[in-house]
Amino acid sequence: MLEGLANSLQRALAKLKAKGKLTEEDVQEAMREVRLALLAADVNVKVVKDFVERVRARAIGQEVQQSLTPGQQVVKIVYEELTELMGGSQTRLRMAPHPPTVVMMVGLQGSGKTTTTAKLALSFRRHQHRPLMVAADVYRPAAIRQLEVLGRQIDVPVFSLGEGEDPVRIAEAGVAEARRMGADVVLIDTAGRTHVDEALMQELERMQAQVHPDEVLLVVDAMMGQDAVHVAEAFHTRLGVTGVVLTKLDSDTRGGAALTIRAVTGCPIKFVGMGEKIEPLEAFHPDRLASRILGMGDVLSLIERAQQAVDEQTAKEMEQKLRQARFTLDDFRQWLQQAQKLGPLDQLLSMIPGVNKLKGIENLSWDDKRFKRMEAIILSMTPEERANPDVMNASRRRRVANGSGVTVREVNQLLNQFEQMQQMMKRFSGLGRRFGRRGAALQALKGLDLPDLGMSEPLSPSRHPGEGRRRSRKSKRR
Amino acid sequence: MGLLDKFRKGLEKSREAVWGRLAQAFSRQRLDDTVFDEMEEALLAADVGVETSVWLVEQVRKKAREQRIATPEELPALLQQAMEEALAGMDVTMRTAAAGPSLYLVVGVNGVGKTTTIGKLGHRLVQRGARVIFAAGDTFRAAAIEQLQAWGKRAGCDVVHHSQGADPAAVVYDAIAAAKARRADYILCDTAGRLHNKAHLMAELSKIHKVVSRELPGAPHEVLLVLDGTTGQNAMLQTKAFKEVVQVTGIAVTKLDSTAKGGVILPIVREFRVPVKWVGLGEGIDDLEPFDPSSFAHALCRS
Repeated sequence: MLEGLANSLQRALAKLKAKGKLTEEDVQEAMREVRLALLAADVNVKVVKDFVERVRARAIGQEVQQSLTPGQQVVKIVYEELTELMGGSQTRLRMAPHPPTVVMMVGLQGSGKTTTTAKLALSFRRHQHRPLMVAADVYRPAAIRQLEVLGRQIDVPVFSLGEGEDPVRIAEAGVAEARRMGADVVLIDTAGRTHVDEALMQELERMQAQVHPDEVLLVVDAMMGQDAVHVAEAFHTRLGVTGVVLTKLDSDTRGGAALTIRAVTGCPIKFVGMGEKIEPLEAFHPDRLASRILGMGDVLSLIERAQQAVDEQTAKEMEQKLRQARFTLDDFRQWLQQAQKLGPLDQLLSMIPGVNKLKGIENLSWDDKRFKRMEAIILSMTPEERANPDVMNASRRRRVANGSGVTVREVNQLLNQFEQMQQMMKRFSGLGRRFGRRGAALQALKGLDLPDLGMSEPLSPSRHPGEGRRRSRKSKRR
Repeated sequence: MGLLDKFRKGLEKSREAVWGRLAQAFSRQRLDDTVFDEMEEALLAADVGVETSVWLVEQVRKKAREQRIATPEELPALLQQAMEEALAGMDVTMRTAAAGPSLYLVVGVNGVGKTTTIGKLGHRLVQRGARVIFAAGDTFRAAAIEQLQAWGKRAGCDVVHHSQGADPAAVVYDAIAAAKARRADYILCDTAGRLHNKAHLMAELSKIHKVVSRELPGAPHEVLLVLDGTTGQNAMLQTKAFKEVVQVTGIAVTKLDSTAKGGVILPIVREFRVPVKWVGLGEGIDDLEPFDPSSFAHALCRS
C-alpha cells in the first residue's frame, strides 16, 4: 500500500520501451498508478480525479527525454504539476498597516492550534516583534492554562479572562490589551470545533466581525483523511481563511490532505509544524511535500539538488576514491563542502533514507555551524594527518583541538565518524569487486527501500552516505 | 434516546455524505460498472482506503451475481452485509481483572482525544457504581494534568498525578498503589500523545507497559488505542506501530460527530484484527458509545 509510486509505475511501464512520445496507452496505465498513490496519500477522491485529468491532458504526446523511461517521464510531469499546484513558499503573514496585527487560529479539535500559536508567537518574538497570545478556548478543560504555561516558557505574555467568559469578548479585550501594552501582534487561540457545529462556527464569525483579523490561519493535522475537503470548505466559506498551517508533519503521513485543502481553498500553506517542542514554525516547501505525497521520500528533490550542485568532475573523482577506499579526511572535507551547497544539512540528512540509523549521527545537531567546526578541525590538521588519520595520537588531537578552537571530544567525534564512513565505503567497494561496478550500485539501490529512480549513475558523492549506510546495515544482517 | 439512535444521530453527517453518493449510484436504472465504480469512490471518500474499498466492491459484485440481483436498489443491503462480515468475530467487550483493580492503558498520537476519552469512560464506569482512579501519565504536554483533573472532577474520579516532566511510569506505579489502598475497581492511565514513528517515545511507552505488568499481575487488562476519526490512511500505520510496542487490545475512534466517516475502521479491523470497542460522538461527557459493528455498517450504507 505504501509502496512508492515510482516503483509501481516502473513495474507498470516496464514493458514499454523508451520511444519518442508518450502515447495515450502509456499515460492511461500510468494514471491508474498515480491515482492509487494519491488516494493512498489521503488526497480527496474528487481532487484526485481533477488532478489526474489535468496531468493526463498534459502528458499525452510529450516527448520522452532521452535519459528517462516513459514511466519516469510521467512521474516527472506528475511531480511538476503537483509542486505547482501546491504553490510557492509563502511564509510571510499580512501585517496590519497600523499595529497590532491580529491573527486568528482556527481548526478542528486536536489539530495543534495551541502548540502552533505558541510556535508562531516564538517566531514573531525572534523577529523582534512583541506578540501577545489570547486564550479564547474556554471549552477544552485547561486549554487556557496550557497556553499560559507555554507563554511562560517562551516569554510571551498571555491574555485571558478565564473559562467563564464569552470567547468573542475575550478576543476583543485581548486586542484592546495589546494596544494598551504596545504589543504589535495578537495571536488568538480559539477552541477546536467541528465545522458542522453551527453554534461554534457562528461564534468564530462573530469574533471575526469584532476583531477584524489580518490573518485567519487554518491549523490542519497533516494526517487528516478525506474529510479535509469538508473541513477546508466549511472554514473557508465562513471565515475566508488566509493561510494554512500543516501540523504533525514529523509523522510518517504522506500528507495528501494538504493538496486537498490547497485545491479546495486556494489558500497558501504558510507554515509547517514539526514536533511538540516549542520552536519557531518552519517554512513550507511545496516540492518536498509533492514528492512525499507521491511516496518518493525526498529522494527526488535530493537528486535534483545534488545534480545541480555537484560538479561532475569532482563527483567522478570522489566516486573513484570511494570505490577504492582511498577516502581521506581531505575528501571528507570536500564532501562536506559539496553537501553544504545542497542546503541545510539536517534536512539533507533526513532526506536520505536510513541515515539517522548510523551510530553517532543522531547525537549531532547537524546545523551549519557544526559544519564549519568540522571543516575547521580538518583544516587544522597537517596534510599527513589528513591523508592518514591513524597517526592522530593524543597530543596531535590536542593540538588540532586548540588550533580549531574546539574540544578534544569533538576532534574524536569527527575522527570516529570519518572512520565509520570509511568502513562503509570499504564495504561498498568490496561489493563492487564482487558484483562489478554497476552490480554494486544496483545492489546498493536494492538495499534501499526507496524506489529505483533509474538515477543510479552517475553517482554523486552526496548520495554515497545514504547508500553506504544502507549497504552496511544490510551486510550486518547477513 | 436508544443506543442505536444515538449512534446513528452521531453518524448522521457521515451517512449523509456517503449515502448521498451511494444513493446516486444505487438509483441508477441498470446494474453496470458505473454503479460499482461510484460505490468504490464513495468508499474511498469515507477513508476506507484503496485495498479494502476494492475488496468490498468485489464482495458486493460477487454477492449480486450469486443472488442474481439486477437493480442497484438492492446493493446497500449487500454492502452492509459485506462490511459486517469484515467487522465480524471481534470481541468488543472490555476485559476486567478477576480480582482487584482493572487497569486500562490509553495510548495514541497527539491530539486524538485520549484525555477526553478517559474522562468519558471514567464517567460511564462511575455511573455503573465503580470506583475509578485516573493516572495522569501525560507529564509532557503543558496543562495535560490539569485537563485530566478537570475531567476527574466532572466524572467523579480521583486523579493520581505528579508534576509536569515527571516519569510517567512512576505516576502509573503510584496510581496502582493508590488503587490497591483505596480498593478502586479501575485505573485509567492517560499517556502523553506520541507520534508512532518516534522511537524514543515508543520506548518510553513500552517502559510504562512493563511497569504496569510487573506491578499489577494481569495488567494492563486493556490497551486502548485512541484514533482520531478524521485521520486518513495514517491510522493504519499508527495501529501497526502501537500494536507492536504495547499489544493494543482495543481501539477507540473519536470525533465521529463531524463529517468524518471513520471508514478507516474497516481496513484496520480487517488487517490487524484489533476490535474497535468505543466510538466518540461528541464533546459531552455522555458522548462515548460502545462500538456496534452492525449499526456502524448500517449507518454507513443505509438511509
